[in-house]
Amino acid sequence: MDPDRQRQKVMVLYLANSSLDARVNAWAVYDGTGTTHPMPGDSDEPPYSNGLAALQDGWRLIQASPLVNHVSGDEFRTGYLKYEFFFEKVINCD
Amino acid sequence: MIEAVKLSSPQIAHFAANGFVTFPGVVPHDVNQQFLNELHVQDRQEDSSPENLERLSRVGELLAKSDLQAVPAGAPLFEALAEGTALGNIIRVPEVRGAIESLVGSECVLDHHFVHVLNGLPVHRGRQRSQGLHQDSTIDPRERAFDIQMFYFPHEVTAEMGGTRFVPGTHLRIVSESAVARYQNVAGQVHIQCPAGTVFMMHHGIWHGGGVNRSNMTRFLYKLRLNPTEPQVRLWDTSDLTEDDFRQRPIFFVKKGRDPHSIASILTRGLPWFENDTGRIEFIQRIKFWRNLLGDQSFDADYWVTRLECEPQSDESQR
Repeated sequence: MDPDRQRQKVMVLYLANSSLDARVNAWAVYDGTGTTHPMPGDSDEPPYSNGLAALQDGWRLIQASPLVNHVSGDEFRTGYLKYEFFFEKVINCD
Repeated sequence: MIEAVKLSSPQIAHFAANGFVTFPGVVPHDVNQQFLNELHVQDRQEDSSPENLERLSRVGELLAKSDLQAVPAGAPLFEALAEGTALGNIIRVPEVRGAIESLVGSECVLDHHFVHVLNGLPVHRGRQRSQGLHQDSTIDPRERAFDIQMFYFPHEVTAEMGGTRFVPGTHLRIVSESAVARYQNVAGQVHIQCPAGTVFMMHHGIWHGGGVNRSNMTRFLYKLRLNPTEPQVRLWDTSDLTEDDFRQRPIFFVKKGRDPHSIASILTRGLPWFENDTGRIEFIQRIKFWRNLLGDQSFDADYWVTRLECEPQSDESQR
């Protein structure tokens, strides 16, 4: 494998809870090979039903959002999606 | 003649839960034509030649030469947009005026307005990218007051025109503008397709973004942001509220079907993107929002807030 010919494909899944086999609520794909050009709003169906299905299809988990204790007084404020999982595939570009 | 058709309680509850109310094709044809005429695009919109579409894409020039009025921020809405002009006529459509008055009051002021222009395929030739999700303005932590944004589509928006995409129910989340752009797709997102003259009234916090226009026609969207000048309490037609709308109902263990149209049902209906735990916090946010709208801090739906407020005091602690 020639590292110079390898490109990263990244997929981010936002799950319904902290478990990797939880339902996918939101998603994003970034393709370092340049062969596809994902963009906001381009699909209404998630690429996988849950995070485990992505592992079974060859994606490697590279980051998961930590569980953070709730700051006193701010327990009920909602903001960003909470259960974010980054996956990658390394693609050989010939 | 009816000047304003105010929103009903279920419509306001829908707004509290989902962050929008919609009025398909509510603006009459002649007013839609007037708007396009005052923008000087009526003929051009029909001409899909690249030269015309290129000209339409210069939005600053388009607005400067248009007959639509520029308005200083903070101007009273119904004074700023005079009756007889296209914009004045749009906001005086009874359903539109009623929705404005129901949400931000009759004395609301104009924050800003703008015409968003999205080129068609002959101009961008497949190079256009959709806009990332964002919440307009900046971080907005207000707990009681809220602004509305009126989205008005003067012509039919087809699927290929890339109408605004938005995520119902995101309006109560406190985020920083385009910090949510990483979320390319969210379950339950809506891509607006609508007949000419459709109006959406959106809560200022709703996550949204423009799509890609794959048609040969330029797409126009007029967006108007309004601020309240009075407490947003019971501004809608509350004559339909009954005692049932304030009464608790059995939860979890339920023997008979629930009324899906009740206020409590509307406020506690989940959305496809809800996380298991924070989906419940969304219910709490909605209930607090509804309390503020009602001016009644004792309201609850399915006990979500009451159990959190249950802290009996002993005689000793009261001394």
